[in-house]
Amino acid sequence: METQVLIIGGGATGTSIMRDLALRGVDCILVEQDDLNAGASGRNHGLLHSGARYVSNDHDAAVECRIEGDILKRLAGQTIQATGGYFVAVQGDDENFIADFPGHCDRAGISWKKIDLNEAFANEPAISRKAIAVYEVPDASIDPFRLSLESVAHAKALGCRLLRRSQVVAFKREGNRITSTTVRDRVTGEEREIVADQIINAAGAWAKIVAGLANIHIDMLYSKGTLLITHNRLAHRAINRLRKPSNADILMPGGTVSIIGTTSVKIDNLDDVYPSIAEVDQIVEESSAMVPDLATVRYIRAYAGVRPLVGASGGDGRSVSRGFALLGHEESGLQNFATITGGKLTTCRLMAEKAADLVCERLGVTTPCVTTSVPLPSAYEGRWTEPGHAPKAWMRSANEDDPLICECEMVSGAVIRNLYNQLVKAGDNPTFTDIGLRSRVGKGACQGAFCAVRAAAHLYQHGAFQGRKGLDQIVDFFDERWGGQHGVLWGEQLAQAELMEALHCGLFGEELK
Amino acid sequence: MNSQDQLWDVAVVGAGIAGMSAAIFAASKGLSVLHIGNGSGLVFGSGLLDVLAVHPVKDSTVHEDPWHGIELLRKDEPSNPLALVGPKAMEVAVNQIMEALGKAGMPYEPSTTNHFVPTSMGTLKGTFGVPTTMTSGAKAFENKWPTLLIEIRGLREFSAAQMVHTMGDKWPGLRFEKIEFPDSKGVFELYATHLATALETNKTRQAVIDIVRPLIGDAKAVGFPAILGLSESTAVHKAFEDALGVPVFEIPTMPTSVPGLRLKHSFEVAAAAAGVSRRVQSVVTGVKFDNDIATLTLQDATGNQEVQAKAVILATGRFMGRGLFADREKVREPLLDLFVEQPESRENWHSRDFFAKSGHAINRCGLLVDSKWRPTDAFGAVVWPRLYAVGSILARQDWMRQKSGSGLAIGTAWAAVSAMSDDFGSIGGV
Repeated sequence: METQVLIIGGGATGTSIMRDLALRGVDCILVEQDDLNAGASGRNHGLLHSGARYVSNDHDAAVECRIEGDILKRLAGQTIQATGGYFVAVQGDDENFIADFPGHCDRAGISWKKIDLNEAFANEPAISRKAIAVYEVPDASIDPFRLSLESVAHAKALGCRLLRRSQVVAFKREGNRITSTTVRDRVTGEEREIVADQIINAAGAWAKIVAGLANIHIDMLYSKGTLLITHNRLAHRAINRLRKPSNADILMPGGTVSIIGTTSVKIDNLDDVYPSIAEVDQIVEESSAMVPDLATVRYIRAYAGVRPLVGASGGDGRSVSRGFALLGHEESGLQNFATITGGKLTTCRLMAEKAADLVCERLGVTTPCVTTSVPLPSAYEGRWTEPGHAPKAWMRSANEDDPLICECEMVSGAVIRNLYNQLVKAGDNPTFTDIGLRSRVGKGACQGAFCAVRAAAHLYQHGAFQGRKGLDQIVDFFDERWGGQHGVLWGEQLAQAELMEALHCGLFGEELK
Repeated sequence: MNSQDQLWDVAVVGAGIAGMSAAIFAASKGLSVLHIGNGSGLVFGSGLLDVLAVHPVKDSTVHEDPWHGIELLRKDEPSNPLALVGPKAMEVAVNQIMEALGKAGMPYEPSTTNHFVPTSMGTLKGTFGVPTTMTSGAKAFENKWPTLLIEIRGLREFSAAQMVHTMGDKWPGLRFEKIEFPDSKGVFELYATHLATALETNKTRQAVIDIVRPLIGDAKAVGFPAILGLSESTAVHKAFEDALGVPVFEIPTMPTSVPGLRLKHSFEVAAAAAGVSRRVQSVVTGVKFDNDIATLTLQDATGNQEVQAKAVILATGRFMGRGLFADREKVREPLLDLFVEQPESRENWHSRDFFAKSGHAINRCGLLVDSKWRPTDAFGAVVWPRLYAVGSILARQDWMRQKSGSGLAIGTAWAAVSAMSDDFGSIGGV
């Protein structure tokens, strides 16, 4: 395969680069070792920062978030809900920090409003009655899956290509260029060569490993952040703790649930990223100062992402911002390899612009970036991650071949079938996990115990599944999802997990296969 | 006499298979039994009665002979409640319950070994007690009969195509046909209970028979999802066999299943026949003990009541049944705060792999009992002389992995009632 630009990594950054280049008329291929947003891009709060979180300790990042947040609200509005955000200080929090907050916001150009405590309690009953100050800022929630799925859909419509489950295993170097990249299909094991004029390493936390294949060292630390999902939604807005950024101080709404996090734990390798019991307990205990119900609510899931932290000595230090790093790797003698990593979901468009600018300069492409003016089109494959969309569509057009499969999130058979067939058409052999990423199936309280059975039956009934695929997929799906379940199993959710095991092991004996 | 004015011989708390069995066994011994609980957990049953099919769990060793499995368990896990019951008592107990259920409208095939029943998932379930409506499924698989499975449009949990695809390599003569249930046009989702009720009417049953008959071809058996009648399943099943001229069988499906509802109904009939008094709407919220009498506080919509009994059998189940409750720190027994043997910390509750070969440690936590099935504290001391515990609340078993849920329930109920009636004999209570 040949292309102008090979992008490595299908997170928010890589998919944004793909779209940016496609819009400039540059041909590109994106290779992703797993699936879209499989790393930190899919394992975060889903918070579109107003910038207020950074005003006290990182003015530049705050301004960057404000500007980028406004652009995404304007051009990718379908991925965003303008929830607004509260910053809440409680008794015992640093009073100087609280007093300085409005001034810092002003300097970063971020609008704020002091909210009377009684009004705050009325608007957000979940916040602690020990609150001493509440400010409102224009935080919003963003669906990172929809953002990436639609960025890819847009780029594909413009002729660019995506290879999922394709892992870069080697670079061939001749002189000052990488002449070919070896990519292994992680399902079939087959390898193929991709010849590209330029290569962008946008592999997030895996960027260090990818660069290592080109004998380039990146000074990178890994910070694991764990988040918990509640069974019910606790607040309308983003609720931030008004203090120096710390553990468990952001509560985000996400459709019918809330998400509380994070922790920050240094880890040494990426093979074993999972939410630990200790982190779960830490979140439950610390977050309840801001939202007391978090001490007693039912949680349905925990998940962990890895923040790549690029050290000050990393590469040639072409750091365009304190938030992210763009490394041209000229010091290595290579002229067609660059790395972009770090940063935030909110600034993914800017990161893509900077990375695309660099490779376009190297390619001699003078077409400017247009992602500050061209809207992100809504795509069929992107819309099913939005809570509430599937039920609305089902109510409008349900028919006999379209029964509800996932009763928690009201996802119907036609949605599952269409997403499945779309991936088949793209040459994939789709899994339940793939469909889960592209819809809300399995994301409710039952965590797939019932709907996975119905989804398998439905796909057989319509001839989509063959052989033992249903049983194999159910087993793989539970194995994959379990990593996020076992950390929050107490109370009601433990009984739910017991029901799942009673059904899938007790009755069906799936563990014996 | 009102239940609150009487001194009962036994109060049984919990109405799963263990509580139902304990109540029936105790009443059969002539004791006066007050049974509290609504039996809603029974509907999660598949209708199959497992005794023991897998041991050791870590090796996934499946046994055709459950009694041999229990003998092995006695060596390997001597304090497993199934091992404590032992094969002989287990056989007597399970056969007695199967007989009682048969008399109450849910007949089981007489059995001496495990049978391997095809499930809707395409797996084979090793189980001991098989309702007569399901037995031909195991026979059809065993003899590899050419077999037709019927898929019903709109029944979401069941795909005959899935079974054929999943089992086809081991069962070459298996095929399926998809049918439209009579008068279901325009109904998007069908529910097994509704279909089962509909099949109890002659007209609908005949319509289904007319649809299926021309599809049989060379099939020597026909399998349906478990929808062949709700309370009249024996008659409905027979009507299908007579009309189709081949053995007909039901395939166990997801809960809430029709056989689960039949099981609940039949246990209720059997308990009534044995003379058990039931308080279906009540929940036990407290138990106090003095020297000879237990006083139970019963709560229902009208308020609280107290009843008194000479003995109490706790059959409240695990987490689903609310017999156990876990917070982030530990597992508790919420009714009496009994000692719960359990892993040291939450870190050790679950394996990192859902289908881990060894299972999850939390599933082996629970109550410890003495040789007479009486809960003890951490040091082996009995809590109250006539408080007994039976069923899945007991520690040191893993019924989901061992495929032993019904055997655990029925066997421990039998053993505890035997120990209890011996005690009654000694105090002259009966």
